[in-house]
Amino acid sequence: MENRPLEYDYTVAKMFMFTTIALGIVGMLIGVILAFELAFPGVNTILGQGLAEFTNYSRLRPLHTDAVIFGFTLSGIWATWYYVGQRVLKVSMAESGFLMFIGKLHFVLYMVVVVAVVASLFLGITTSKEYAEFEWPIDIAVVVVWVLFGVSIFGLIGIRREKSLYISIWYYIATFLGIAMLYLFNNMEIPTMLATNAAGESGIGNWWHSVSMYAGTNDALVEWWYGHNAVAFGFTVPIVAMIYYFLPKESGQAIYSYKLSLLSFWGLMFVYLWAGGHHLLYSTVPDWMQTMGSIFSVILILPSWGSAINMLLTMKGEWQQVAASPLIKFMVLGSTFYMFSTLEGPIQAIKSVNAIAHFTDWIVGHVHDGTLGWVGFMIMAALYHMAPRVFKREIYSKSLMVSQFWIQTLGVVLYFTSMWIAGITQGMMWRAHDEFGNLAYSFIDTVTVLHPYYAIRGVGGLLYLVGFLMFAYNIYKTMSARPVEESELQNASPMGA
Amino acid sequence: MFHWLEKHPFFFAVGIFVTIAFAGLVEILPNFAQASRPVIGTAPYSTLELAGRHVYIKNSCNACHSQLVRPFKSETDRYGHYSLSGEYAYDRPFLWGSKRTGPDLMRVGNYRTTDWHENHMKSPSGVVPGSIMPAYTWMFKNKADINTAYAEQLTVSQFFSTPYNKPVPMKDGSTKIVKMGASTAEANALALAEAKVIAADMKDQDVKDAVANGQIPEIVALIAYMNSLK
Repeated sequence: MENRPLEYDYTVAKMFMFTTIALGIVGMLIGVILAFELAFPGVNTILGQGLAEFTNYSRLRPLHTDAVIFGFTLSGIWATWYYVGQRVLKVSMAESGFLMFIGKLHFVLYMVVVVAVVASLFLGITTSKEYAEFEWPIDIAVVVVWVLFGVSIFGLIGIRREKSLYISIWYYIATFLGIAMLYLFNNMEIPTMLATNAAGESGIGNWWHSVSMYAGTNDALVEWWYGHNAVAFGFTVPIVAMIYYFLPKESGQAIYSYKLSLLSFWGLMFVYLWAGGHHLLYSTVPDWMQTMGSIFSVILILPSWGSAINMLLTMKGEWQQVAASPLIKFMVLGSTFYMFSTLEGPIQAIKSVNAIAHFTDWIVGHVHDGTLGWVGFMIMAALYHMAPRVFKREIYSKSLMVSQFWIQTLGVVLYFTSMWIAGITQGMMWRAHDEFGNLAYSFIDTVTVLHPYYAIRGVGGLLYLVGFLMFAYNIYKTMSARPVEESELQNASPMGA
Repeated sequence: MFHWLEKHPFFFAVGIFVTIAFAGLVEILPNFAQASRPVIGTAPYSTLELAGRHVYIKNSCNACHSQLVRPFKSETDRYGHYSLSGEYAYDRPFLWGSKRTGPDLMRVGNYRTTDWHENHMKSPSGVVPGSIMPAYTWMFKNKADINTAYAEQLTVSQFFSTPYNKPVPMKDGSTKIVKMGASTAEANALALAEAKVIAADMKDQDVKDAVANGQIPEIVALIAYMNSLK
């Protein structure tokens, strides 16, 4: 070939971009419905008493978490992997028929899993473990999908031209290995159809039902070792992979410090796994483990802030870009929310703070400033950057992006501030005693007091959803916007008015 | 070293795996056997209770209700004795929850009755004014899945030696035997016998009729489970 840039093949990336948007809308819409169900319980029967079983809070709640984690976020991770992977390894997927096949199969099987998950959760088929609700047949399908992702990563690495692995690739490899280990061990379960009784009967009851290999305290320990680190390897590691690629690309700036990225990467890998114990403070797991969880959560600030500061310093001397480009705005505010969230988490993991915060809405607020402010913003920024390159067209509207940015920022701020107040209020009311040493409040007092905060949170969530719909519309219109030349696509993404 | 690793993906991946697997091994393994030992007074779930536990899980009750009393005065005042590890020995999965939108249910059997649950599940805000809990009216119509509960009993007794049909020590020094059917028919008969005791304390005529006809609505199983939480 003569001396011209490689042409990359974005077929699979496009497929996952589509599901990122579609499942994002579904997951966030369910989230908004849930928020309003807590503020106004009448919403539970919004489709009538007959369908209440499928629209009430408890049936929808796992659908929300799984749709945004395994739908929106995972699709976003894969959309960016099938884009970033080729570019930093300097190899096109079109060069390998095998990898192209694996990529498409990965997408198709993922779709099958999504359909199975939605159907089973609506029917109430769940193991009850948070973010691991799927029963064994779906678990097996998930493992197959995950192995295909691994084949894609290591296959592409195997035929790479650029010998040295870029930082983003480190994080994608870690995502693959981390989730693989966690998911396998947390979902160890025995299908109940395997049991036989004295009368020789077997295959009794529902074939999809299973029972956990761990009981009680052990089950809790394994579940939160998984649950916390599913956050690590789903919401942190792959999103850091994205920002290490997209921020330098979009801004035209080199990463501030290689040494800082080394420190934060290996630090994050070592420290994060210990921190799961902070979900179990004051529970029946051994004290030393709770203390370890607490201490390592605080240490976790170092590698988390290492990455975030590395990103912010990458913008050194180029801060005017934050004002000029909404795309840079999303990424810079995303890093800031990442810093904020990774400071808030360790504070909540301190035992005396946790005594108030645990079981309250403050935790819900913490999750959402991380997911809405960091994960959501970064994935949308990544897709905005990819769209002009994938579709070879300029982003449809810059002003729409700017409005979306401010609407969503307002939404996130309303969300976490209301949940802070709600959580701390409730935590303090639960523990309040009157002058005779009796409990000062009955439980219901601590519920009714939250009504205004639940309503504000609902509005915050709604604003974020509106912003997301603007994002979806903007990407959709981009597909028919003004075509651009390859030469215009060096750094800053081209945007229409 | 790091530059070398970044050019050798296999060793790089091995390095990551060792680094992340380390914490799990140290945290989970040492206490594993000890944490799974039952305390005295903890018995496995009966067939109907287990079917009720499945109803609890099916409707994600654990999304809003915890089953973990922390060792604080405010919690022991409100919910009873703080939780002990061995009390969960037969909980597969654990149902501690992570959010208390509603109150803890670890010992709800100590202070709520069949009658209370029946009214409350039909109309939570009718029993507790201001409650934001949805009504679970379909539980009065849907039938509990006794066969799956029985299959789970068989599984845990075969794979984890859960003591069904064996004496279990209780706090007062006596022993208790939780029966498990030898056949599906016997398991259903055992569950129905338990269901009749619950239905006798209920008012809903449809539920009473169903139980009299040999059927077990989900609400009956759920209440059996709630009553067993002590």
